[in-house]
Amino acid sequence: MKILVPVKRVVDYNVKVRVKSDQSGVDIANVKMSMNPFDEIAIEEAVRLREAGVASEVIAVSCGVTQCTETLRTAMAIGADRAILIETSEELQPLAVAKLLNAIVDKEKPSLIILGKQAIDDDCNQTGQMLAALARLPQATFASKLEVLDNEVHVTREIDGGLEVVSLRMPAVVTTDLRLNEPRFITLPNIVKAKKKQLETFKPEDLGVDVTPRIKTLKVCEPAERGAGVRVVDVDQLIDKLKNVAKVI
Amino acid sequence: MSVLVIAEHDNVSLKVATLNTIAAALALSGAVDVLVAGDACQGVAAEVAKAVGVSKVFVTESPALANALAENVSSQVLELAKNYTHILFASTAQGKNVAPRVAALLDVAQISDVTRVIDGQTFERPIYAGNAIATVQSSDALMVLTIRTTAFDAVALGSNAAPVQTMQAVTDSGLSQFLSKAIAKSDRPELAGAKIIVSGGRALGSAEKFTEIMMPLADKLGAAMGASRAAVDAGYAPNDWQVGQTGKIVAPDLYVACGISGAIQHLAGMKDSKVIVAINKDSEAPIFSVADFGLEADLFQAVPELTQKL
Repeated sequence: MKILVPVKRVVDYNVKVRVKSDQSGVDIANVKMSMNPFDEIAIEEAVRLREAGVASEVIAVSCGVTQCTETLRTAMAIGADRAILIETSEELQPLAVAKLLNAIVDKEKPSLIILGKQAIDDDCNQTGQMLAALARLPQATFASKLEVLDNEVHVTREIDGGLEVVSLRMPAVVTTDLRLNEPRFITLPNIVKAKKKQLETFKPEDLGVDVTPRIKTLKVCEPAERGAGVRVVDVDQLIDKLKNVAKVI
Repeated sequence: MSVLVIAEHDNVSLKVATLNTIAAALALSGAVDVLVAGDACQGVAAEVAKAVGVSKVFVTESPALANALAENVSSQVLELAKNYTHILFASTAQGKNVAPRVAALLDVAQISDVTRVIDGQTFERPIYAGNAIATVQSSDALMVLTIRTTAFDAVALGSNAAPVQTMQAVTDSGLSQFLSKAIAKSDRPELAGAKIIVSGGRALGSAEKFTEIMMPLADKLGAAMGASRAAVDAGYAPNDWQVGQTGKIVAPDLYVACGISGAIQHLAGMKDSKVIVAINKDSEAPIFSVADFGLEADLFQAVPELTQKL
């Protein structure tokens, strides 16, 4: 069975972003870009399923600017068999991405689509759920465990009060949470191998998808700053401050 | 503008998150409708009918809706959607699971984790782990939002008595099935709405130490328990204690961070707390940059001392 894994190129999670002084956006010029951490987990899970003989092929797909090919090469270095780039320099929002991915789902007919639960740049947490809706497939979000059985997949989900287990008929959409797995380190031989793996490119027009954004960003500001705090020397002073200054206890 | 709030509940009682969401809805419209979809949940409908600002409650009951399966809840919401300009969910695991599916079915965008309503089309929301706040405007005729509950004070359950109308439940999609749930039962307050939170990091070293060192402090303060991602990953704390960008977002009156270094992603989850206390033996720990009161000390000494002296 085929597994499709969408991956997003985002600002590296270690980078502390800065808001531009004209409030037009976040300054990402010359900033380190990486694969969204949740998407690494998705690729890792798919590759493990192939290594276990459950899946036959892992296809990575990314939507965006030409540099997304780097992210796709990383996906293939982790172990994806081939990759698809949907190339555009238009601003892409989750609904448009879901439509593009739906077109690929139609083409490739995967049994499982595994996505990261959210991108750490926009923090939307929408694309997987939207893709499931458009493709008329079941969804299991925030997966911390995935078990593929004959025609169904059992997913343990991290929910607000603990954990829940659901069963989905395949084809199905799963979004990953942090504890699903720990992605492997990429080895140099695999990076070299990845350069030779197939990478196909499409444009949104080729797939018949209108990616016009629905939401406009009017401005981006810094959050309100917290006032500077103080150091206390011992527990007694801490209690005193909490009782008499902050008055929270 | 006409607003529908999708209630969050466990079939027995209403989750407070719904009351925060209704507050956000009231920033859009003076009268708000609520949908309670579940199984044997008339009690929840009766409860939410008392909430300030609610003008009508729709209730629908079916085994297919008993466990908030996204495929079924979204179909149910679609039965009502055309009557509204805004559909609001709480930004909880449940809300985040269903809202985007509803939006895509309606071919509209979804706006996640709204922290402020500016007008019917314009909202503020955090991006980049809350390091930037974006003001966004939607051009869709129908808007689907998830609401950051810490940004809106819950409306009161008062003497309102909104009419409750039963609606027919959708049939089970058959695409998914609920198998089981493991929800922690505790006398402790729930993390999401707690007024005081004590939170532990990986420095605690074990689940036993969490119990031995952190819980007595939580008990003394009547606090909820929280944890950093590192502590949860290491198995010292359960996943539903995780505070952070991809865990729970909290804004209590008091957040006590013990042995938590303060990574960007953790701060994203708690930097809106009214008062932050940090106890950490590393004087350079980033947590001290957001702490109102910082105690540079070994938590294994300081926390028991704090518990004892309170």
